[in-house]
Amino acid sequence: MPDISLPKIVPTEQKTGEPAGRQPLITVDQLSLYYGASKALKNISLSLGERVVTAFIGPSGCGKSTLLRCLNRMNDLIDNVRIEGAVKIGGHDIYSPEVDVIELRKRVGMVFQKSNPFPKSIFENVAYGLRLHGVKNKSTLETAVEESLRNAALWDEVKDRLHASALGLSGGQQQRLCIARAIAIKPEIILMDEPASALDPIATARVEELILELKKDFTIVIVTHNMQQAARISDYTAFFYIGELVEFDGTTKIFTNPARKQTEDYVTGRFG
Amino acid sequence: MSAPATIDFRSKVFRYGSFFFTGLTGAATYLILAILAVILVNVVLHGWPGLSWRFVSTIPKKDIFDPATTGILPMIVGTSIRVILMTNFVVPVGVITAVYLTEYAPNTSWLTQIIRAAVNNLAGVPSVVFGLFGLGFFINFVGKNLDWVLHNGQKAWGQPSLIWASLTLAVMTLPVVIVATEEALKAVPPGLREASLALGATKLETILKIVLPQALPGILTGGILAVSRAAGEVAPILFTGVAYYMSSLPTHLTDQFMDLGYHVFVLSTQSPNIDRTQPILYATVLVLLILTFALNIVAILIRSNMRRKMRSLH
Repeated sequence: MPDISLPKIVPTEQKTGEPAGRQPLITVDQLSLYYGASKALKNISLSLGERVVTAFIGPSGCGKSTLLRCLNRMNDLIDNVRIEGAVKIGGHDIYSPEVDVIELRKRVGMVFQKSNPFPKSIFENVAYGLRLHGVKNKSTLETAVEESLRNAALWDEVKDRLHASALGLSGGQQQRLCIARAIAIKPEIILMDEPASALDPIATARVEELILELKKDFTIVIVTHNMQQAARISDYTAFFYIGELVEFDGTTKIFTNPARKQTEDYVTGRFG
Repeated sequence: MSAPATIDFRSKVFRYGSFFFTGLTGAATYLILAILAVILVNVVLHGWPGLSWRFVSTIPKKDIFDPATTGILPMIVGTSIRVILMTNFVVPVGVITAVYLTEYAPNTSWLTQIIRAAVNNLAGVPSVVFGLFGLGFFINFVGKNLDWVLHNGQKAWGQPSLIWASLTLAVMTLPVVIVATEEALKAVPPGLREASLALGATKLETILKIVLPQALPGILTGGILAVSRAAGEVAPILFTGVAYYMSSLPTHLTDQFMDLGYHVFVLSTQSPNIDRTQPILYATVLVLLILTFALNIVAILIRSNMRRKMRSLH
């Protein structure tokens, strides 16, 4: 299988001085997506930098989740989906026929809106991806599981019951477990589809803290309905409306001085 | 008459209507319970006296109608073996078919529609037709050809036997397993599949490691239904393997066998003295009921154990 060779993550020190996110890791070029005859994404072009948090915002049905799912080809699972244009990660077109989707998804992880832990133990949830990709050694697994749970800020809460069912965790813990599961296989990019929309404010705050922490090691793209959340955690924000990218800029700029009237109406809550 | 009287009148109609329908639906429910109770009480009361260790552990030597010497060990063994063999055929084939239909087959294609229609129609075929199918296909076609290939035309496979009766029952219960498995697979939350695929699992890995384990209790339900249906069936095995009388237990897949359900038919229609045979007839029916319930209970215990394991928070 040809390797799509995403660029390896460079240590933070080497990036000092450069404006964050100026090297594009993900490039979306003239992307259009159709569900059957209806066009859900219209000529989207944007570039996302490495190790920054980019938020996709916009009203329901604007295509932000659809675009997110283009980045790890989860839309492949839906019948009747057709795309035009290109998505490049590290310079390689991920829709070209020689790309191994399995390898792509290993490197572009995903966290879903509704926390979806497997009905297995906490340990087995995190170990699942590692086992898939051939890790068999017990101590390697144990180390990796602990590291992932620590990075997902869940270790202290679950270390005494690693072999209990994951379904016994609270909603917020389950979502952090899903994040631990995603980072266990060391992806370079993590896609998050409204990861905190089903959580209470305290659990949401913990997930947001975690995202800011994860930013040091991972490139994060997050879809959110919560404007304050986008403002709090993201470096860049893209505003979508009915399948079109209306504006894409630094988060501060989008929320304080947007170039487009439509964006301003939406972020200030005046949108009708 | 004033206006409030009219309102009173209407509300009474509603009250009587509601009372009537509560009574009607309740009566229908209790009727079913009553019928079941009558059957069970009747069978247990009449069957219990005839039941003894000697009766269930004896292979009848000649007169199967003599209450003093006959036994039903070969019938218990025959029915158990054919049900267990059937389960081993029907569950794998049914589950694999259901996996294809729910996970792989394009839902809108005409081929899938035809397969689904075929499964549903198979469920509606009378069981005696399955018996004739088993005779025509398994014995006269598959069996006879096996004999030509393996035994130079000498009769071994090309006659009624345990394996053909079990396969016939498996074909008959296939729709039950397929439909139950399909429902179980569809009930697995799509989020679990997505989570697995997003971690870089292939479709096959996702099915084997996430979807099937999650659907296992539902699949077992299908197996339980198939066992219940098959254990008491007589028509499909009439032409495909059951024997009126055998002096020994079956030892090979190509042996014929005696069967509890068929033995009930034999005792009630072929006996030279109905009054004399009645106790052993009832006792045989009781054993058939107990065996069916026992098979069900074992499967239900396995299933609840599995569910508890999956959901346990400990």
